[in-house]
Amino acid sequence: MTACPDRVILLHGLIDGELDAVNSVAMEAHLKGCAGCADEQRRLEELRSRLADPSLRYDTPPSLRDRIETQIRTQMPPIQIRPNAYRRSSNGPWLAGGSFAAVAASLALLFAAPQLTTVAVQDQLVASHVRSLLANHLTDIATSNRHVVKPWFNGRIDFAPPVVELAEQGFALVGGRLDYVDGRVVPAIVYRRRLHTINLFVRPANAFSSPVGIVTRRNGYSLVRWTRGGLEYWAVSDIDPKELQQFQQIFDRAAN
Amino acid sequence: MLPHLDAAYSLARYLSHDPVAAEDIVQNAFLRAFRGFDGFRGEAPKAWLFAIVRNCCMDWLNANRERQRLFENEGSTEPGVSAVRAAIDDETPEAILQRTQDATLVRSTIDNLPEPFRETLILRELEEFSYKEISMISGVPIGTVMSRLARARAMLCDLLMPAGDADMRAHP
Repeated sequence: MTACPDRVILLHGLIDGELDAVNSVAMEAHLKGCAGCADEQRRLEELRSRLADPSLRYDTPPSLRDRIETQIRTQMPPIQIRPNAYRRSSNGPWLAGGSFAAVAASLALLFAAPQLTTVAVQDQLVASHVRSLLANHLTDIATSNRHVVKPWFNGRIDFAPPVVELAEQGFALVGGRLDYVDGRVVPAIVYRRRLHTINLFVRPANAFSSPVGIVTRRNGYSLVRWTRGGLEYWAVSDIDPKELQQFQQIFDRAAN
Repeated sequence: MLPHLDAAYSLARYLSHDPVAAEDIVQNAFLRAFRGFDGFRGEAPKAWLFAIVRNCCMDWLNANRERQRLFENEGSTEPGVSAVRAAIDDETPEAILQRTQDATLVRSTIDNLPEPFRETLILRELEEFSYKEISMISGVPIGTVMSRLARARAMLCDLLMPAGDADMRAHP
């Protein structure tokens, strides 16, 4: 008994759940009356159960995993900004310098002028904020539910940023995103204040970072920095710095 | 994206037949993926990553075409096929069943599927991508994905379940 040659593709579509309702019904009806196709279906199901064996997959050698993780942490080029997405020329030379300049600059800054490091980070944060709005890539995970945003970060970053819902206080949670700032992947938690977007970047505070909070403006954007519980927070938005400080206070209270 | 590392490595192993090359391919692919992270606009990050891994595999295969040709010339004496043939010729149905349940045999049988059928089968059966995602990863129309998949499964059925009626095999 042979499966009907003209229905073989449909049969595969059926067991893969890829047929639309009309074709599914038609194929199921056909299977009831056609022993050849029904036999073939059983054979394919048996094959599928045999292929479900997880040991068919190859395991990644641990050395490869280590190499890739190291590569991502240390060898990423400095943040790349597409010309059409970001036209602010003041950042041009800094970006054009490439990794050598970034390494040299961070070494110099580390020992000589810690406050300047912050300025470079601020530029990157503003750039990330602008990009997130221009590139239509505000969120990787869009939801107002913190119980969805928080687990989404698991496995993508190696620390757990606090995610709180602040809709009642006028700051609606929009979602989360991964971004790349200052040599590492950082989570950005996205809130909305009326029509304004707030990007909240979180990263582990390093040994040299000062506990002093910062409220500043760059290129017309407000930035507020604070540290809490070993994490460094940067809120970036186009709202008034005072309002952004208010956001900081509300977030800090809700998260702790 | 590191949660997909195992799956990506597995695909590279099956496509390249080479454990050392698979490591290089995956490392290269992940670096490309991370550099292009901001360029990503789609809705299926895993499929996007796999398209990069698959392209890196193709680059490697093209660069090693000569090697690959030699490999395929040895095809008739490959352990997978010969093991199956030996099983069909010499053993009782019970012994065949036992051996075909062995994952190693299934693995080497998949290894011996010709491309592009192997790639399509792995993306569907091991990674459970939708037809649409496979079409995106492999860069071929969905109709081609469907016929390749049917053909790949028919070949695997013939090799892994020869005890059945030979007339039952599909002719897509």
